[in-house]
Amino acid sequence: MLDSAESYTTEDGRTIGPVVMEMKNITLRFGGVVAIQDISFDIREGEIRAIIGPNGAGKSSMLNVISGFYNPQEGDVFYKGKKRPPMKPYQVARQGIARTFQNIALFEGMSVLDNVMTGRIRQMNASLFAQSIWKCEAEREEVANREVVEKVIDFLEIQHIRKTPVGRLPYGLKKRVELARALAAEPSILLLDEPMAGMNVEEKEDMSRFILDMNDEFGTTIALIEHDMGVVMDLSDRVVVMDYGKKIGDGTPDEVRNNQAVIDAYLGVAHD
Amino acid sequence: MFYREAGDFKTSYAEDNQTFPIKFDRYRYYFVLLVAFGIVPFVVNDYWLNAVLLPFLIYAIAAIGLNLLVGYCGQVSLGTGGFMAVGAYSCYKLMTSFPDVSILIHVVLAGAITAAIGMLFGLPSLRIKGFYLAVATLAAQFFLVWLFNRVPWFYNYSASGQISAPERTVFGVPVTGAETSPWAVYLVCLVFLTISAIIARNLTRGMAGRKWMAIRDMDIAAEIIGVDPLRAKLSAFAVSSFFIGISGALFFAVYLGAVEVGESFGITKSFLVLFMVIIGGLGSIFGSFAGAAFLVLLPVLLKNLLVGSLGWPTDLAAHLELIIIGALIIVFLVAEPHGLAQLWRMAKEKLRLWPFPH
Repeated sequence: MLDSAESYTTEDGRTIGPVVMEMKNITLRFGGVVAIQDISFDIREGEIRAIIGPNGAGKSSMLNVISGFYNPQEGDVFYKGKKRPPMKPYQVARQGIARTFQNIALFEGMSVLDNVMTGRIRQMNASLFAQSIWKCEAEREEVANREVVEKVIDFLEIQHIRKTPVGRLPYGLKKRVELARALAAEPSILLLDEPMAGMNVEEKEDMSRFILDMNDEFGTTIALIEHDMGVVMDLSDRVVVMDYGKKIGDGTPDEVRNNQAVIDAYLGVAHD
Repeated sequence: MFYREAGDFKTSYAEDNQTFPIKFDRYRYYFVLLVAFGIVPFVVNDYWLNAVLLPFLIYAIAAIGLNLLVGYCGQVSLGTGGFMAVGAYSCYKLMTSFPDVSILIHVVLAGAITAAIGMLFGLPSLRIKGFYLAVATLAAQFFLVWLFNRVPWFYNYSASGQISAPERTVFGVPVTGAETSPWAVYLVCLVFLTISAIIARNLTRGMAGRKWMAIRDMDIAAEIIGVDPLRAKLSAFAVSSFFIGISGALFFAVYLGAVEVGESFGITKSFLVLFMVIIGGLGSIFGSFAGAAFLVLLPVLLKNLLVGSLGWPTDLAAHLELIIIGALIIVFLVAEPHGLAQLWRMAKEKLRLWPFPH
């Protein structure tokens, strides 16, 4: 077992850094329903970490715990080595955790450019007064951040729809815009909730390429939930498997694939 | 043909970010400014000023303010009349307490006071939205009017319960009171409107506007990407009330001169400004202008047409006017929820290709 502060190199030559986020004995209940039960796992810098499991296993709840939307009743979240006190979602976002949603959550009335610019909220702090006269830091910020945003837009190949209102876009492009918004924040951890849901094979291939490229070029740490096993096994460095709110497996794709509990959960098991 | 953007290239992000990125629009804007500042003051007369120009200028400020809140931030407010009253009464108190300070400063300060009150009444928006928020702001409307009616300190214990503006000058020219000249009054309001519009435009094309629109379009997603809903909503209430306060102060000091709160700043005023915003176009600064112009001009036109040309009785024309405005609001809500601003955008789209649409 690796030490949490150590780095290692994967077979394909990428360096995986120390642990950036650690979940310790997280339990989340909604009234009498236990959504997550005593789960611990960690996310290392620069890795692609997948969370999989059958429907209702508690994957999305887990992501919501990480992004501060739910506060777990028991257990602690450690972020960059420090215990994280209960926080509001926007405070978590300001710490550098960005996410996308299972059902696209874009701002439909705004243009693609404005949507992606909103992702830069952490980096733009000009006072209301400076903004109202469009001078000093407000103007500088706007231009400087626009440059970063344009890079992200180039990277995700959505230049042609820059000024289009998001409401008019087809589903696949919306998914990509949402990814752009999250990526524009230059997050330390990027959470993707089913990035390929409802896509055809080509779109899935595109999205997989973007995820790998993002990880490769920007060194973004990615935690993703996905149902397509082929995609998960190909993309991720390590996989957490959940079932009925419990962790039933954790390890490299190969280890998980041969884990009996995981096979049982996915294929069902004979009751005799 | 008439309207083209081909060949209009931008080479920097600053150029792409400007208020009127298209050259043609920019020149048209300069032209409108030139006419408004350079020509109108020389030809304006009392009738045009009081019937059309002043109400248009002042309501446009209020409509811009309300549009920031309702159109950009998505927080419905029915308290506009009350907030205008706050602007009017704080301007009155400032004018009578500090007679030596310039009226322009008083108007801005009245806006600031209204901003503070607006934030206070914006607090419920953190917990409630939609209809319920509208009802909460309605409470603000009634409470504020009641307050200014019942507490004599606000109207300096005058016997009539009214407030009336003492004479104040700007650069030696009287702009309030009985001895005003149309061009001076017009220019004061025009300056306030121009600055308000520029500020509103700057805010809405920058990060503040993006935060507001994010809250409007999907508040949960906004919070998850890092928008603090408390600060975003309260800043929208503050900026919106600031403009509404300024318009209330001008409405009282410059336009009416004497005000009785229930009559001038009642619930009908709230609805009037809201209709301007809806008819003009939610989420558009131009729409605020269009809506204000429409609702100010319509009664004047109808009156001139029906009473002046056709010789109908005045009361009949007045009733018909209400019917027409009501019908128009329904038509707009059904046919074009984005209002006159959207019609204008569509007209521009068409004009780009005219006369060869293929």
